[in-house]
Amino acid sequence: MIVGNGTEKLDLVALRRDFPALDQEVAGKPLVYLDNAATAQTPRQVIDAMERFYREDCANVHRGVHELSQRATEAYEAARCQVQEFIGASEVGEIIYTRGATDSLNLVAHSLGELKVDSGDEVVISAMEHHSNIVPWQLMCERRGAKLRVIPINDSGELLLDEFDRMLNDRTRIISVAHVSNALGTINPVREIIARAHELDIPVVLDGAQAIPHMHVNVQDLNCDFYVFSGHKMFGPTGIGILYGKRTFLEQMPPYQSGGDMIESVTFEKTTFNDLPYKFEAGTPNIAAAIGLGAAVEYLSKVGMDCIESYERELLDYATKAIGSIDDVKLIGVAREKAGVISFVIEGIHPHDIGTILDREGVAVRGGHHCAQPVMDYFKVSATTRASFAFYNTRQEVDELVFAIGKVKELFSD
Amino acid sequence: MDLRELYQELIVDHSKQPRNFGPMPESNYHADGFNPLCGDKIRLYLKIEDNVITETGFEGSGCAISTASASIMTEMLKGQTITQAEALFERFHSMVTGSMGPDGGVDDFGKLAVFSGIKEYPARVKCATLAWHTLRNALLERDETAKTE
Repeated sequence: MIVGNGTEKLDLVALRRDFPALDQEVAGKPLVYLDNAATAQTPRQVIDAMERFYREDCANVHRGVHELSQRATEAYEAARCQVQEFIGASEVGEIIYTRGATDSLNLVAHSLGELKVDSGDEVVISAMEHHSNIVPWQLMCERRGAKLRVIPINDSGELLLDEFDRMLNDRTRIISVAHVSNALGTINPVREIIARAHELDIPVVLDGAQAIPHMHVNVQDLNCDFYVFSGHKMFGPTGIGILYGKRTFLEQMPPYQSGGDMIESVTFEKTTFNDLPYKFEAGTPNIAAAIGLGAAVEYLSKVGMDCIESYERELLDYATKAIGSIDDVKLIGVAREKAGVISFVIEGIHPHDIGTILDREGVAVRGGHHCAQPVMDYFKVSATTRASFAFYNTRQEVDELVFAIGKVKELFSD
Repeated sequence: MDLRELYQELIVDHSKQPRNFGPMPESNYHADGFNPLCGDKIRLYLKIEDNVITETGFEGSGCAISTASASIMTEMLKGQTITQAEALFERFHSMVTGSMGPDGGVDDFGKLAVFSGIKEYPARVKCATLAWHTLRNALLERDETAKTE
């Protein structure tokens, strides 16, 4: 690995060697992995950390007095500190391990909803949310007799902030929006959203699943009240995610799931709950994955998020021009501020056919509605093809994608 | 496997110009199919008289495989009895899922044989079978939306 300080260029050859899965052929061609927004590849540093846990330290956490349990607990809690540092949280008690961004959002919707939302209240999300930032709120609103309101978007795939302003009122209880859209790649103006919400004392939840692999995120600087993300989209393992929340909220919120580890004392008459973050962590957690996530943020810190951000911006510009200039290709989502994603449609050819044909050229992309059906409805398409990038992708891979799109058109030509 | 074996000319042709496409007011049976994974939708219309399918039609949106499958299916069904149509479903399903026995050649399977390559693409089998699952539901007069799940 090459260490960057934000001004150097990434050494892609060296970096790519860290990712064993990138070094393979698919259909007899070198793999071009452009489905990073779904799941990113894992560096050997993460794989090694998880393997070390299973080989040497495998035991439950927060339990035993024996050596292995202590080592497991140390590694598990050290990873939490690494995450805290990585996102700039003020204290480690604000870092809650979950199964992923979806789990984190369910936790907040459930627990913050119970704390803050009553009949007739309103919760605001946006028209470009992933289903995981729609459905938990929708269900909570149904349970509590509240109303879900949706910030509309324009044809470029940007939020209409004027509409958002008009939407806020004295019944608005929670706002939950994507930091970066998974279907469009739009970077939302979250600072403005937070500033306006806080004028009315409304807490803001940010879905950071698509932001955190691409840019420097500091939750105190953003001043968001909650921030959620998944390990596997930031080069860590699946089955682990984070809920960051400000202590003031987390302390007031009722527990979400209950069981072992989240309690202080239990009798059949009364249970008192554990301190933060454990109040929200019932049961034996995914220890190896938490350790893997710690290794992933350590890896990203060494590469340098500023380096990653500036490199990816250039790569996305290059890809936008290259793909956008192919005849019959229409880009879906052309916001001024974007990260990581190019969604497109080709006139007369369905994204699943495109996906299959690209796969036979060794190019992995996603075709479908990207768990964002309302976005598809807005743009009046049933699905798009999405190429999504990570810092290890290269211009040459963009060229391979363009070449493979040429094959698609050839196969469907008259 | 070469992509041309999957996207045979006939499939590309039917996907671009689907036959029997459009609403069919004179139908007496219909069913809806939906693949929640990819959003493909189909509404299948049948006119059945004395246990014989006399007219067919479909509407919807989907990929080349699912559109061509629906188009060719509606062509094949005309004139078939319900029993024959059910047998056709079973045979098609076995062919694309690769579960056809040793006697299950495709030589006499007419146009449907162009879908035999699908079994090499497990992720796409559902595209080919959506119309057929919808057919089965129409035949069972099920008042529900067919799913490939």
